[in-house]
Amino acid sequence: MIEYRIDRRSGVATYQQIVQQTKQALRLGLLQPGDKLPTAREVVEATAINPNTVLKAYRELEREGLVEPRPGLGTFVQRSLGNADATGDAALRAELSTWVDRAFATGLDREDVTALVSAVLDAREQRTSAPADRAGGGREGTR
Amino acid sequence: MTGQPRAGDARTTPEAAFAATGLSRRYRRRWALRDCDFAIPAGAVCGLVGPNGSGKSTLLTLGAGLQQPTAGEVRVHGLRPGLDAVLRERIAFVAQDKPLYPRLTVAETLRLGRELNPRWDQDLALEVVQQGGLSLTGRVGELSGGQRSRVALALALGKRPDVLLLDEPMSDLDPLSRHQLMGTLMGQAAEHGTTVVISTHILSELDGVIDHLLLVDDGQVRLAGPVEEILGAHLLLDGPESLPLEPHTVLELRRTGRGVSALVRPDGPVAEGWRAEPPDLEQLLLAYLRSPGAASLNTTVPSSPMEVAA
Repeated sequence: MIEYRIDRRSGVATYQQIVQQTKQALRLGLLQPGDKLPTAREVVEATAINPNTVLKAYRELEREGLVEPRPGLGTFVQRSLGNADATGDAALRAELSTWVDRAFATGLDREDVTALVSAVLDAREQRTSAPADRAGGGREGTR
Repeated sequence: MTGQPRAGDARTTPEAAFAATGLSRRYRRRWALRDCDFAIPAGAVCGLVGPNGSGKSTLLTLGAGLQQPTAGEVRVHGLRPGLDAVLRERIAFVAQDKPLYPRLTVAETLRLGRELNPRWDQDLALEVVQQGGLSLTGRVGELSGGQRSRVALALALGKRPDVLLLDEPMSDLDPLSRHQLMGTLMGQAAEHGTTVVISTHILSELDGVIDHLLLVDDGQVRLAGPVEEILGAHLLLDGPESLPLEPHTVLELRRTGRGVSALVRPDGPVAEGWRAEPPDLEQLLLAYLRSPGAASLNTTVPSSPMEVAA
């Protein structure tokens, strides 16, 4: 059975870590259709995290059609995940590879490239989540 | 921000596991708690934080019914702790000094728990004790502080309460025991929906564990609500000094070289140029503790003042 490792310093939300580790196990074939995920109680006893976090992660996996809860029995893997190099991803990878070559050609080093990629990802995330943040932040003023 | 009531909020209905209205407690001339309002829903894992002498222990002993309020009231599942006898078996309280009978052995202590509590879970109590390698025949008085904490937690968990009130339960435990016991606590919360209110000074211990937060300072509630909601109501802004901070509520402002770093409660869109990210729990709590004048935020009660002038 999969064991989750929670890194509280990683900056990645805890439920996301569970989602990611489950997906990783699916990609590597460590989890296969029909396998049972640990119960919320088992996960929290081992990791000392809040039970709702586990439930949130499992709901997310369920929403993506990867797992299925069976009442009274537990949560079971529904389907596996292909590996990341398949089809469309290959084209993206090739584009990225060309872009990285260009970045190095202009004198950036590995750290510059990583910083640039995270900055773009951060900016994108901020653009897409900003309206929700504002709704949450302004709640006590707007109701 | 106008602080209008949020009528119809589910969290203020009677199923709140732990709630207070105008709760105040005075010791001689000093107010330990003054006019506290909050409502913690059933099944919550709530962190109770605040500086030394802020009123955390008073709040928990009032919740456990070991003393009565000077004014206002506290309710546990709609009942009055200490007055409504049916509550006794539904609340477990671990006091900071872990009062136990020093002459009893560990086994005798658990037997006492079994005989006094109708819902006693002997397997769980034994598991908690044995996980720490404690001998059942050892006398409680001869245990170390951390081992006594373990026995006190075994008693509280064995009681199978609906509401578990813990006053700095982990402070004298080693890191492994802390992890084990926090895991056991969370396991009980997962399995039985136990409401857990836990006070601590170790802020990092709470991250990822709690889903509700109660920050008391100088006897008053400064933050109360679901952690996600409270964190979501704040932003850490980093940017050059020239950028505007209005109209946001600024809780803390720090200069960092050429730039500034501000913790704000945003009110409207953030100006272009700020790098904005949500604070983590520890950053947020430290900022509030450093800024005693910062406006309080309580999302758990309908009519509390959202803004207390700095």
